[in-house]
Amino acid sequence: MTLTSKILLVLATLALAACNNPRGGGTFGGGGADGFGGNGGGFNDGGIQTGNLGDPNDPNSIAHFQQRIGDRVFFTVDSSSLNEEARSTLNGQARWLTSNPQYTIVIEGHADERGTREYNVALGERRANAVMQYLVSQGISANRLRTVSYGKERPVEACAAQRCWDVNRRSVTAVSGARTS
Amino acid sequence: MTRLFHFLPALVLVWLATFVAALPAQAQPLRLQITEGVIEPMPFAMPAFVPENSAGSQYSESLARVVSANLTNTGLFREIPRSAHLGRISSFDASVNYSDWRAINTQALITGAVSVSGNRMNVKFRLFDVLSGQQIGEGLQFGGSTENWRRMAHKVSDAVYSRITGESGYFDSRVVFISESGSRGNRTKRLAIMDQDGENMQYLTDGRALVLGPRMSATGEQIIYTTYETGTPRIALMNTQTGQRQLVGDIPGAMTFSPRFSPDGRSLVFSAARGGNTDLYRLEIGSGQIQQLTSSPSIATAPSFSPDGRQITFESDRSGTSQIYVMPANGGEARRISFGQGRYSTPVWSPRGDMIAFTKSNAGRFHIGVMRTDGSEERLLTASFLDEGPTWSPNGRVVKFTREAQGGDPALFSVDISGRNLRRVPTPGPASDPAWGPLLP
Repeated sequence: MTLTSKILLVLATLALAACNNPRGGGTFGGGGADGFGGNGGGFNDGGIQTGNLGDPNDPNSIAHFQQRIGDRVFFTVDSSSLNEEARSTLNGQARWLTSNPQYTIVIEGHADERGTREYNVALGERRANAVMQYLVSQGISANRLRTVSYGKERPVEACAAQRCWDVNRRSVTAVSGARTS
Repeated sequence: MTRLFHFLPALVLVWLATFVAALPAQAQPLRLQITEGVIEPMPFAMPAFVPENSAGSQYSESLARVVSANLTNTGLFREIPRSAHLGRISSFDASVNYSDWRAINTQALITGAVSVSGNRMNVKFRLFDVLSGQQIGEGLQFGGSTENWRRMAHKVSDAVYSRITGESGYFDSRVVFISESGSRGNRTKRLAIMDQDGENMQYLTDGRALVLGPRMSATGEQIIYTTYETGTPRIALMNTQTGQRQLVGDIPGAMTFSPRFSPDGRSLVFSAARGGNTDLYRLEIGSGQIQQLTSSPSIATAPSFSPDGRQITFESDRSGTSQIYVMPANGGEARRISFGQGRYSTPVWSPRGDMIAFTKSNAGRFHIGVMRTDGSEERLLTASFLDEGPTWSPNGRVVKFTREAQGGDPALFSVDISGRNLRRVPTPGPASDPAWGPLLP
């Protein structure tokens, strides 16, 4: 792939991300402006390279996972319950992970900013764990999954209003490359 | 040097009277007009320190400024401006002409002297009750390196405060906190330490890893905090003297965070989260031995030891929402102590042992409050869009906390436990998670 076509792909992907992920505020799936979609914040796993995301029309691409299936689910205040929409997204994630066994994932749990810092770390862990348990129930091996909580440290939106808190209470399933084991 | 507590009844009475006058306003929670029933601060005069040699003269104003600022910032004292002074202190040992100070309604007069030789300095002070025309306690002197000149001014301030109020001071102390920069979505956070008045700030970490919630040991020699340097929350223990650092309290498969020192500094209590459940654990630092303290299918975090080390207060949502509990320091039955409206979190035991400060959120607002250790006599000290994480002054009279205005950056604030004297603590940039250390020796 030439550099020009790579750039075009990135631009096309960004445009699609903006269309398909209205709640994500135009960020680039899990690897965008929140910076903690799997390639920021000091993970040792290594990040997702832009060139690796692939074509979202390719059902086995990471871009497809992030944009078409959806890499995040949302929670209500103080809750780690998965609603129907969340379960539907996670069903799609589980199918993708089943067909793409070479990938491991990190499930990030996040909280909105309307709580104290340490409680939110605990709450984020609870959310990430709820997602992990659900994926395991859908047949994904637990040793492909890892959880981390960022509490309220990595909001995806920063408007200090309800519409932002609603999208900050989330889990993000970050695909972290080929399995090493 | 002996510490002298020759309090002058007149001055003590004035202070006590004003404090008692403050009580009715405090008795009603949620009544936060802190200007109501204003305490009349005690007027004091702080002439420049007398330079006892020429090298000392460069500190004569700056020492006086630091002492004045410390006393004024308590809200308990009011400085009589230098321009109003009639008397002049030109010799530290000459007798004081009280009538000059009475004429301008001074109640407390502080005189000082400074001499410097090389990088050593000697600072002296005396405190006088102007109304009765007597010195309060004996003069004191402090010697040390000139680079610690601010600390000597803090020592003078602590002695003055202590002699007038009968309580120990808090000026010669430091605060560890998180210094923030960068965008909100991808904040850089660095561990930092500074004097309680915001001076002499130093960074302790480089900002590469996200760090949260530091605490200082009772001697100030060690700091613990949460770090994401391995990609997941872990607890780091840092020696402030040597800079040596290590990760501690590993629990396989768990995220560990919210660490606090026991009063003797030998153990930590902290949270470990795994499987959707967060419990409290205790680590003996020396042996590395870990003991589980809670086992409830809920969140238990933000612990704090009582000053005698026998109990731990913490927050848990085992009842459905975050509330404050107290349990024995080795685990066992926990007793809920918060029963008001809203959610309660981050309980912190006061160094006096008689109160617990906390964060409360209710009806979309956040408050810093205090209550007795049995949960009675709750009083809210602040209200804002987001206030969180109180930390006590070493004398248990003031708390600092994080305040974030809606859409704004977090900053450090302090408030009296009477709910008065709310002030922003100066920091070079956005700041959060203050933890007040001990009075320095």
